Amino acid sequence: MSLSRRALMGTTAAAATVPLIGRANAQAPTIKIGVLNDQSGPYRDTGGVTSVACAKLAVQEFNAKGFNVEVITADHQNKPDVGAAIAGQWYDRDGVDMILDVPTSSVALAVAGVAKEKNKLHINVGAATVDLTGKSCAPSVIHWCYDTFMLAKSTGGATVKAGGDTWYFITADYAFGQQLQKDTTAFVLGAGGKVMGSSPYPFPGTTDFSSFLLQAQASGAKVLGLCNAGGDTVNSIKQAKEFGINMKLAAMLMFITDVNALGLDVAQGLTLTESFYWDLNDRTRAFTERAKKVTPNNWPNMIHAGCYSATLHYLKAITDMGAAAVKAGTGTAIAERMKKMPTEDDCFGKGSIRADGRGMFNSYLFQVKKPSESKGKWDYYNLVQTTPAAEAWRPLADGGCYYLKS
Amino acid sequence: MLMIFGYPAPLMFGQLLLGLINGAFYALLSLGLAVIFGMLNIVNFAHGALFMLGAFVAWGLLEFLGIGYWPALILAPIIVGAFGLLLEKTLISRLYKLDHLYGLLLTFGLALIIEGIARNEFGSSGMPYRIPDALQGAMNLGFMFLPVYRGWVVVASAVMCLATWLVIEKTSLGATLRAATENAPLVQAFGINVPRMISLTYAGGVALAAFAGVLAAPIYSVNPNMGSNLIIVVFAVVVIGGMGSILGSIVTGFGLGIIEGLTKVFYPQGSATVIFVVMVIVLLARPAGLFGKNA
Repeated sequence: MSLSRRALMGTTAAAATVPLIGRANAQAPTIKIGVLNDQSGPYRDTGGVTSVACAKLAVQEFNAKGFNVEVITADHQNKPDVGAAIAGQWYDRDGVDMILDVPTSSVALAVAGVAKEKNKLHINVGAATVDLTGKSCAPSVIHWCYDTFMLAKSTGGATVKAGGDTWYFITADYAFGQQLQKDTTAFVLGAGGKVMGSSPYPFPGTTDFSSFLLQAQASGAKVLGLCNAGGDTVNSIKQAKEFGINMKLAAMLMFITDVNALGLDVAQGLTLTESFYWDLNDRTRAFTERAKKVTPNNWPNMIHAGCYSATLHYLKAITDMGAAAVKAGTGTAIAERMKKMPTEDDCFGKGSIRADGRGMFNSYLFQVKKPSESKGKWDYYNLVQTTPAAEAWRPLADGGCYYLKS
Repeated sequence: MLMIFGYPAPLMFGQLLLGLINGAFYALLSLGLAVIFGMLNIVNFAHGALFMLGAFVAWGLLEFLGIGYWPALILAPIIVGAFGLLLEKTLISRLYKLDHLYGLLLTFGLALIIEGIARNEFGSSGMPYRIPDALQGAMNLGFMFLPVYRGWVVVASAVMCLATWLVIEKTSLGATLRAATENAPLVQAFGINVPRMISLTYAGGVALAAFAGVLAAPIYSVNPNMGSNLIIVVFAVVVIGGMGSILGSIVTGFGLGIIEGLTKVFYPQGSATVIFVVMVIVLLARPAGLFGKNA
């Protein structure tokens, strides 16, 4: 039956339409995804090549019908000007349809500005600043799976509740650190706590934190809030242990990759927040088994899982809207389609995207295991508390995103 | 309680001591740079990368061969020093007759290559390295809690600095070295193998960097970027002390560590800049640096 139909189609089409068929193949649109992140600096392991691998994994598993997908990558070196220049070139000259990841808040804000100006899609996964869905929001920008507000609420709120009501901050003195300190301070004060002081240190380039640690100790505060990331957090925690700082440490942004760098004997007992952990449930374990094949030495953290999840949802929205329409349409159009569709994948389960571009997923408070509790490599977290998606994020009305007002 | 500038005295003493500890690293690294510049006239921008390499060799010795901290303190400088010897023989020695700028470009390029390879192989988060058992724990000094290991770092680098200074200023080997820097053909005429001497000097300077790297490994995570964070500050130290002056780099290293430590109390945002402010002031007043010979 099918054979004869194919033969029939073949013969009728044969002579006249061979060029047409050829043209149809060539015309299958190609969707270009550009992963832009730090591939050589301090945030290489929290995003970097593992983010690229996870985005490619999503493309491969989705196996798109009717359009081709190409993933290209670049290194923004944590410099806003470099990031903005690459983004402009990708959108204008190289036909990139969506820019993914972009850690480092200062670079993220610059790239989001380019996406807004050109009305192209940008899905941010790697950066923390809550401004991406607030005062710097854009209709074509989506922020995937964590931000400073959600971290401050989860880690900050839980710490105050557990009796840690006086705080001292050690803060990386740039957009991200300042925002994180501001958001955490709001939760500490809101819960009746007090902030005893802070040491904003120059970023990047500070490796010795002992001076700030002693000041923190001298302030008499019970909790030391670390508003920094990556290697800085690792060094702060190591040195706090070395100097016998007897305060409760709250690492406001920390990834499983950082815990791996610290080693459990130093990291044990820390509380931290992520929206993904490989050992949460059967689906996250299944995802990690597949991801390990493409990134064996660096297991996925929430940014890597976010790059997978965001890519998958983007491809579903393209299938829904039609690749040709996406190619011809604006970034806002595809972003709106993505917001209308619920998200669903192995990493985050069921979720959604809110009108201001905020990805809505559960957030999890973890405590780092003791070395004796850990059964093997990367077995690092005990789940302490789950904040459901509806409560984890800054309320829509408080963000002040401009396009929702009109 | 006794107050100093409105801060409790114990806090200030603690900060001074911390400054001294950081100064120990500055002194040890700038010492190697000063030796290399003084004897070879090469601005060794690869110094930070070789410092990092020292830490990585120590980590590798433990991870793959089970060789601990104390042997690594001797082995890592020898291994990295040998690598330095190779660099000097094959690449750097070709540049002695050219302008300083070429040496700077070559060593800067080498630093980028070495750091790039390390980043590619080991990632950027770094590897943990434990403080050796004998140096675990801390002493209570009354005004602060001093980790034993940090105390050891100050002592080890002070001894190393003194030893290097003695070798160069007070021994016949040092005298020959200094003479070779002033007038190589004449020294060669006395039957001394000057090129070999210069190679060994470079290896020695590199070994000092690797020694500092091993000392740093338990304090910071062993990380491909650990050298590039330090190298600019260390260059400022060398410039302030006077290019090529051994004593200058030791004194300035410790002194600037203290100034930086105090800035971290009064105005933490400025702690990365203060060393360069000092550099500008010193260069305006004494263009050859605090201990430099006037050109």
